[in-house]
Amino acid sequence: MKSSALKRVDLIFESVNVREILDKTLKRKPEEIIQDVLDSGLRGRGGAGFPTGMKWKYTAAEKNAVKYIVCNADEGEPGTFKDRQILDEVPRKVFGGMAIASKAIGAKIGYVYLRGEYKFLVPKLQEEMEIFHAMMKEMKHDFRLELRLGSGAYICGEESALFESIEGKRGEPRNKPPYPTTSGLFGMPTSINNVETLVYTVMICKYGADYFHKLGTTDSRGSKVFSVSGDTPKAGIYELELGMTVERFVEEFGDGDTKAVQVGGASGFCVPRKKFRDTIIGFEGVPTGGSMKLFNSSRSMYNVLHNYLDFFTEESCGQCTPCRVGCQQLLLGVEAVKRGERNSRYLDELVKLAGTMKISSKCGLGQSVGNAFKSIVENFKEEIIY
Amino acid sequence: MVNLTINGLHISVKEGTTILDAARKLNFKVPTLCNHPDLCVAGNCRVCVVEQLSAKTLVASCATPVTENMQILTNSLKVRTARKHIIELLLSEHKADCTKCYKNGFCELQSLANEYSVGDHVYIDLVPIHAHKIDKTSPSITKDDSKCIRCQRCVRTCAELQGVNALTVANKGKEMKISSFFDKPMHEVICTNCGQCINRCPTGALVERNYIEEVWEEILDPNTHVVVQTAPAVRIGLGEALGLNPGQRVTGKMVAALKRLGFNSVLDTDFTADLTIIEEGTELLGRLKRALVDKDPTVKLPMTTSCSPGWIKFIEHAFPEFLDNVSTCKSPQQMFGALAKTYYAQKKGLDPKKVVSVSIMPCTAKKYEADRPEMRSSGFKDVDYVLTTRELARMIKQAGINFDMLEDMKYDSIMGQSTGAAVIFGATGGVMEAALRTVYEIVTGREVPFNGLNIIPVRGMDGVREASILIENCKPEWAFLNGVEVKCVVAHGLANARQVMKNVRDGKAVYHFIEVMACPGGCLGGGGQPIPTNEQIRKKRTEAIYAEDMGMPIRKSHENPEITAIYKDFLGEPNGHKSHELLHTHYTVRRSY
Amino acid sequence: MLEQVNLVKELADKHGRRRDSLIPILQGLMEEKNYLTDEAMVLVAKELDISAADVYGTASFYTFMDTDVRGKYVIRICKTISCSMKGKIDVLHTIEETLKIKVGETTSDKKFSLLETNCIGWCHKAPAMLINDTPYTELTPQKVTEILQEYMKL
Repeated sequence: MKSSALKRVDLIFESVNVREILDKTLKRKPEEIIQDVLDSGLRGRGGAGFPTGMKWKYTAAEKNAVKYIVCNADEGEPGTFKDRQILDEVPRKVFGGMAIASKAIGAKIGYVYLRGEYKFLVPKLQEEMEIFHAMMKEMKHDFRLELRLGSGAYICGEESALFESIEGKRGEPRNKPPYPTTSGLFGMPTSINNVETLVYTVMICKYGADYFHKLGTTDSRGSKVFSVSGDTPKAGIYELELGMTVERFVEEFGDGDTKAVQVGGASGFCVPRKKFRDTIIGFEGVPTGGSMKLFNSSRSMYNVLHNYLDFFTEESCGQCTPCRVGCQQLLLGVEAVKRGERNSRYLDELVKLAGTMKISSKCGLGQSVGNAFKSIVENFKEEIIY
Repeated sequence: MVNLTINGLHISVKEGTTILDAARKLNFKVPTLCNHPDLCVAGNCRVCVVEQLSAKTLVASCATPVTENMQILTNSLKVRTARKHIIELLLSEHKADCTKCYKNGFCELQSLANEYSVGDHVYIDLVPIHAHKIDKTSPSITKDDSKCIRCQRCVRTCAELQGVNALTVANKGKEMKISSFFDKPMHEVICTNCGQCINRCPTGALVERNYIEEVWEEILDPNTHVVVQTAPAVRIGLGEALGLNPGQRVTGKMVAALKRLGFNSVLDTDFTADLTIIEEGTELLGRLKRALVDKDPTVKLPMTTSCSPGWIKFIEHAFPEFLDNVSTCKSPQQMFGALAKTYYAQKKGLDPKKVVSVSIMPCTAKKYEADRPEMRSSGFKDVDYVLTTRELARMIKQAGINFDMLEDMKYDSIMGQSTGAAVIFGATGGVMEAALRTVYEIVTGREVPFNGLNIIPVRGMDGVREASILIENCKPEWAFLNGVEVKCVVAHGLANARQVMKNVRDGKAVYHFIEVMACPGGCLGGGGQPIPTNEQIRKKRTEAIYAEDMGMPIRKSHENPEITAIYKDFLGEPNGHKSHELLHTHYTVRRSY
Repeated sequence: MLEQVNLVKELADKHGRRRDSLIPILQGLMEEKNYLTDEAMVLVAKELDISAADVYGTASFYTFMDTDVRGKYVIRICKTISCSMKGKIDVLHTIEETLKIKVGETTSDKKFSLLETNCIGWCHKAPAMLINDTPYTELTPQKVTEILQEYMKL
């Protein structure tokens, strides 16, 4: 199959007149906007994939006078860099999406939480924000944005940790329930959406729900921006229709010697060559926030796993036992097996531990450490041991 | 009401109830570590996870409210496996030197490990990797990070109950730890030494600095004369530490046990509590006179109590501008210490050099207080050793004393007699009540106008309690107080104290007299009292304190004959020269972190 | 010290004195100086009426809010997977040799600090690093030498 097998889409970076779209959309009733987003089948593009329309609907249903829309621009998943590009190239569309959300849910203030690593974008975003505020004023839409910066903490991409961080605290995830739509930022109903998701809402408002709905598969509607890196001659950012198999992806992006693809970053899944054909990239298969990392046969999967585990031992917030201690045990455990200090059966213990972390950790971080761990250990056991 | 099943049994509970509480109602115990009834929900240790049928993950039962038709399993295979893993993980970061640990036998992690039959450690021992340090810089509290399981009960205690925030969570990931400001040693930071963190620490990470061996040495040294004083709240707490129910009064048994331990003289802090009332009451009246009659602009009102050393250190750090408002009276412990090596030694014909003074306190801050450089007015260290209620219990066990079977004994004399007004020092509001009983009577010649001397408005568990008392028909020399409504406020727990002081600072409240006890419930809930603690337990202890008061033949400090005698024989007059030398002190401005 | 007092006041005037002003204020301090001193944190705590330990606990959570002394230019080289696959180690060694410091250290003239960091979002142009806020990508030993030489001139 040739590269044409992958359908390129150009919605995210397409140059559009945001003002025009907003003029049209902000006149509509909130429930109409929400219905369109529901009909489009759009699911969150940060990775977790919660239906965006539902999130807006729940937030809209809350009676509080104060509600917030938060743009999650704390892109930190290893291998993901698409939000940086989106904010760099089409910030107006991102803010436009927030304006649409504000209308849909009834928020007057929006926060953009940008990771500290992207601080170089701040001057540009502030400038764009001024233009946006002027536009809101002209359109008589009561909505203002605030820009907040992270300071080097992956966990702040977790929605409740992000709220804590905006509130001036340690970025530690909260207990759920309550969920953000009932009690989010400053305890108020909040819709928190990924950068890319917000841009898609703009495009859905422009082209209609159907246009988006026709793309992709039943479980994974629309297109998605992929961040492609690793052993590939074509590293970069690509917007593709959802629903492809890993095999087709590798045909397009591989270097001819791809042995595994890590889909979804350090918290995602490792797909080995033998499963390329049967694995769909999307919510019916392996979901991803966009991170697609290819490994060829020169790579040691032990090193890959070690690197990920090292990442998690540092980036866990540290509050809950399974994640704080579990991550350290997984890392030290594979090291011990590698050095021969523990026998290979210890890996089975660690896989069980990863299973406990998945079901007993407080937030998505701890719950997903096991994804990479299990999929790498189970598929590349020899590489881990020897 | 919400209907759900737990392990197949149906239950209907109020909306907002947690799964944990619902399970308890059905008599299913779900283990917990980070959860504590005095503190907000954390949900971070995860040992309380339970299975919710149809949910993808387990849920923390302490942090999850019930929902309609929920089906919960508290002991499924999934739950048991996860729980065991979690306990094992905690043990892997915990220095499990159980047999050598001060908390051996009292450690919640240890008993969970036992319950779940955690045998050989599966996981890699993380303790050597982290190179934790043990902070022994505080004379009150030892902090051992290698035993810490990061449950954050201490941090929440320090913030929520005490409003001190000396402890915080620092760093993240594998480096996450419980820390002071900049990880400075405990003796350099705003820690008030109240010990409330110790009372809630599930392991041996936070314990009192214990001086048991030092005290044994003194007792067993034939050349010393060891006097011991016992604080009001010890007599209603000690029983708990020796297996009796909360709120059991064991004054007579305690005295008997102390005698059996070998103390040369068993005396009572309650005596100096009575003395405090005379000194502090006189001071208050003096301040009122200077303010109302002399119109002296330098006199500071409201006056605050000074018995609680946690409160003293707190105000030195947090509200240094109010130090002149604090009564200059030493605490009863320190008054006792100063007198033990002067008045007592003289009366008994002892060389004060050979007198060793030990106090038994419900308090860890008292250890710090005894170490203060200004607490040497006898010419010696006034109080040589401070033991907590818990340490005394341990000594009683070590000595093989069958506490429960002891016959009641009476305190020795002198400095052993006291009143009901003194024993209520052990409960929040007690100093206020005792002071009012005396001051009102000095000024008017009549008893306080409360049924049975019980000043109910200042009692109870509300964090801040205001009361006022109208002074009328004064004796001629106090005529300036006629018609004055004396406004009082009582606060316990330093978070409440902070609020009161903020209100005073901002002019939102005007008082004449403020009582603050650093610990929730007052000294009966002190940082040296038996563990565990919760509101029910503190209520039981409170009842015991007031029952003790009711049982005393004399219930007003100024009627204590030993008090009359000490003024006649030794001190002269209240707030007089000798009193100032021995019984009063001064305070120090301290840094804000 | 007085300078710091004024700076903290200025930042508090700008960002407010609420709890949610804390992180912007700390970030403002970081811009002036690449690390947070204990004096500065005490000042912030006073300004916001929160405990100093709380300020420290919050700051220490965030990797970029250093509480150790750092140089004028903080180099954060990405150590996550793509960068390590694409020759980060050689780049790191070159930096270490050029500046004569190891990871975690600061040059004696307090000009440079060298740190490793987790993914900074330039995986397609690995290896990458940040010098203060500026990203540098597709690094090679030669390229990083040139970059450092430019900074040395500053």
